[in-house]
Amino acid sequence: MKIGVFVCHCGSNIAGTVDTARVAKAAMEFPEVTFASDTMYACSEPGQDAIVEAIREKGLDGVVVASCTPRMHEPTFRRTVERAGLNRYMFEMANIREHVSWIGKDMEANTNKAIELTRIAAEKLRRNQPLYPKQFEINKRVLVVGGGVAGIQAALDCADGDREVVLVEKRSTIGGKMAKLDKTFPTVDCSSCILGPKMVDVAQHPKITLYAMSEVEEVGGYVGNFEVKIKKKPAYVNWDLCTGCGLCMEKCPAKKSTDYFNENLGKTTAINIPFPQAIPKKAVIDPDFCRQFTKGKCSVCAKLCPTKAIDFEQQEEFVTEQVGAIVAATGYDVFDISKYGEYGGGRLPDVITSLQYERLLSASGPTGGHVKRPSDGREPKTVVFVQCVGSRDKSVGRPYCSGFCCMYTAKQAILTKDHIPDSDSYVFYMDIRAPGKMYDEFTRRAMEEYGTQYVRGRVSMIYPKGDKYVVRGADTLLGTQVELEADLVVLAAGAEAAVGAPQLAEKLRISYDTYGFYMESHPKLRPVETNTAGVYLAGACQGPKDIPASVAQGSAAASKVLAMFAKDKLENDPVISMVDINRCIGCGKCIQVCPFGAVKEVDFRGQPKAEVIETVCQGCGICTATCPQGAIQLSHFTDNQILAEVNALCQP
Amino acid sequence: MRNFAYYPGCSGLGTSMEYDKSTRAVCKALGINLMDINDWSCCGSTPAHTVDHLLSSALSGRNLALAEEMEAEAMITPCPSCLSNLKGTVHRLSDRGFRHKVNNLLEKPVQRTMPVKSVLQILDEEVGSRELAERLPEKPLRGLKVATYYGCIMNRPPEVMQFDDHEHPMAMDRLMQALGAEVLPFPLKVECCGASFGIPRKDVVATLSGRLLDTAQALGAHAMVTACPLCQMNLDLRQGQAASVMGKEFNMPVFYYTQLIGVALGLPQKELGLSKLCVKPSIAFDAMRSNREQEPVSKSAGKKKPETKENS
Repeated sequence: MKIGVFVCHCGSNIAGTVDTARVAKAAMEFPEVTFASDTMYACSEPGQDAIVEAIREKGLDGVVVASCTPRMHEPTFRRTVERAGLNRYMFEMANIREHVSWIGKDMEANTNKAIELTRIAAEKLRRNQPLYPKQFEINKRVLVVGGGVAGIQAALDCADGDREVVLVEKRSTIGGKMAKLDKTFPTVDCSSCILGPKMVDVAQHPKITLYAMSEVEEVGGYVGNFEVKIKKKPAYVNWDLCTGCGLCMEKCPAKKSTDYFNENLGKTTAINIPFPQAIPKKAVIDPDFCRQFTKGKCSVCAKLCPTKAIDFEQQEEFVTEQVGAIVAATGYDVFDISKYGEYGGGRLPDVITSLQYERLLSASGPTGGHVKRPSDGREPKTVVFVQCVGSRDKSVGRPYCSGFCCMYTAKQAILTKDHIPDSDSYVFYMDIRAPGKMYDEFTRRAMEEYGTQYVRGRVSMIYPKGDKYVVRGADTLLGTQVELEADLVVLAAGAEAAVGAPQLAEKLRISYDTYGFYMESHPKLRPVETNTAGVYLAGACQGPKDIPASVAQGSAAASKVLAMFAKDKLENDPVISMVDINRCIGCGKCIQVCPFGAVKEVDFRGQPKAEVIETVCQGCGICTATCPQGAIQLSHFTDNQILAEVNALCQP
Repeated sequence: MRNFAYYPGCSGLGTSMEYDKSTRAVCKALGINLMDINDWSCCGSTPAHTVDHLLSSALSGRNLALAEEMEAEAMITPCPSCLSNLKGTVHRLSDRGFRHKVNNLLEKPVQRTMPVKSVLQILDEEVGSRELAERLPEKPLRGLKVATYYGCIMNRPPEVMQFDDHEHPMAMDRLMQALGAEVLPFPLKVECCGASFGIPRKDVVATLSGRLLDTAQALGAHAMVTACPLCQMNLDLRQGQAASVMGKEFNMPVFYYTQLIGVALGLPQKELGLSKLCVKPSIAFDAMRSNREQEPVSKSAGKKKPETKENS
């Protein structure tokens, strides 16, 4: 075997602290290495061409590139060697940037370590075998999880691309957080007027199947061939019969049910349709408040319903859908303001979240669009907004900026003046973060045209005094303490990951960060992909996002799905486990440990044996480590190859 | 019987004798055994830790080492200032280097740092409002409206004190409620009263304490309840000064929570040191009595009456 070694400078990234020429020279001494050189940028076009040229001229059988992390450029170099006619698996990479040059400044020690890592790669390469991918068919349907604006956009774009879409939403209607908003910034246009038509499109699109009141229960399979089990929660109303006439709501005697849509500001009936534009417009019974469930008698709705749709006996149902791709668009939740004891959120009735205030401003809200204090229904004359409640605060475990709070606070200050012309608004802020198109102009308008007083500083405490609230804080520009007497205090609660997001991530086998937000494959270059093939992200499930960004990401995820569906067949990764049928004793340990269910038991001449399902295997290697016989081996990472690496490192 | 090493603190022997007395009486009545730490010394109070953490920790360290020799579940103190010095020391001693430095200064090294708790925490955790309510079904404090005031250091910093909510504590509220008192939603529970600024800047203390008294009065409180000797002194003793700053008269009895528990338990006057209070507590007792006269069903009315009379 003839091996070529290329040591990359990566500009000064590597060459600054590693003697790359010496690494190349040392590599010439390794067994079977017939060519070695150092190169400025191995990944650049001339760098790649040099590799191709060397393979052809020297007749190389395999290539080692000592450069950066394989996460970054392994696919690049695999394509390079392939271009020169080699199998793409006759390539190894030594990471001498992240593992060497970036973490140490000692040139001598770094160079020695770089040589050792390169030797390891060369020793492994000597035992590499060409591997060939297999092709498999794909199912061109897509599952979208979450019916907020990002999910709606992704679903509509995929459906317009002529693909069948399954949209799963946990609440009884789609629309998400955006449906609860009164107006949107910076255009101050009506939120439901722009979202409403999109929601109707979802309902009417022949390619979209909508499962409301449903959750993803289980995800099996792999890219192109996912099998998803969906749980349909009972609505206690037969939606095939319900016409959404609303008669049941009018007559329901239980009027104390939690009103999720109005953020708990009001109460609703136990059987209800959350809002007039709801999609699907179907009634749902809340069993915690329904008298039929709590007291065992009532059934007024059942008697009145003209279509006899009420069904108190309804049970959970499960449906299974086959899809080829999944878009996660589960959105965010609002930070729990009661974690700030000093602000009295949850304790003081007139200290509310911005989303609650949004419902007070909305014409379809609990007060019909008249701003009234929740405690006594009086119109507030002084409204104080407090920003960064649950954002940029390590002490409550939310050190990140939620991004949109500055903007919606400015919007709400403007709307307050529109609703109550003789009112005063104050905003306590830390910094104004308004980087979008027309955003800074918008916050300036709140200050300059609408006379909102911006006070730079944090609020230390809020407490009641008579029927008013004292808001005590600092004005860091004046260097003094300030106290304001407010009628209503609106806390700009930050965003946090949706409840249950980590559990869904585990079902989808995608990663999430410390805060529960889903991780993209690359923060800059692969923003809507995940590390699991075929699963994409849209909207605030990946991090706090405003409407334009969520919509853009929804479309981006859809375009990725459509691009994948443009192919009829996908290639699987040949780095999978193989069973040596002669060694296998059929103990089944590999079947137990495989997290993907990729190993099954087969009968071989009356003996039980393990068999790997090639398309399901993800190449994690757990089975290999488990097998007592060493009968199951992960291609490209066999025991022999790993032992060769260890031996190369432990040279006398 | 639950055994605790008891650290009264210097104020307990001087300015707040009634806190110490009532603590001992209440604990005895509730089956909590207080064992005095032999030869304890001052924890350094406010000055020591503002000058030198090592010295301050050594002062508390000495007391911790003495307490270790006793067979006690924990070391407890009524005074929040002593508590914060002791707990701060335990916190800092978790650093091995620091512990070594402290032990170098001590005759007897701190070995295992026993848990340190406030008397309030012990009453809340070991007795608890439920047990108290069951013990006294007649709700002896009924009719009394109180503003509970914890002071600024009882629960702060939260990562050191590790008890109750540092912005909205509830332990004292629970105990008072269990005894039948109406606990008002006092918003300034953990605001500063001015503390030891009473010596150099009387005006600051008068303003800060005045605000507390004013808010409690505006809420309609008959009395304030505190857990801190310094807070009690500022609020009780300086009502005249506060009045001149706020432009309002105050006549607000300021109790230690242990005194009110003692009253509820029917302990003798003398053991609770009610006579030590500057503002006469008669308003509070009148409130309780008038309520009881309206509802003569209360069983303990006869037992309590002479006591309240003596006082008013």
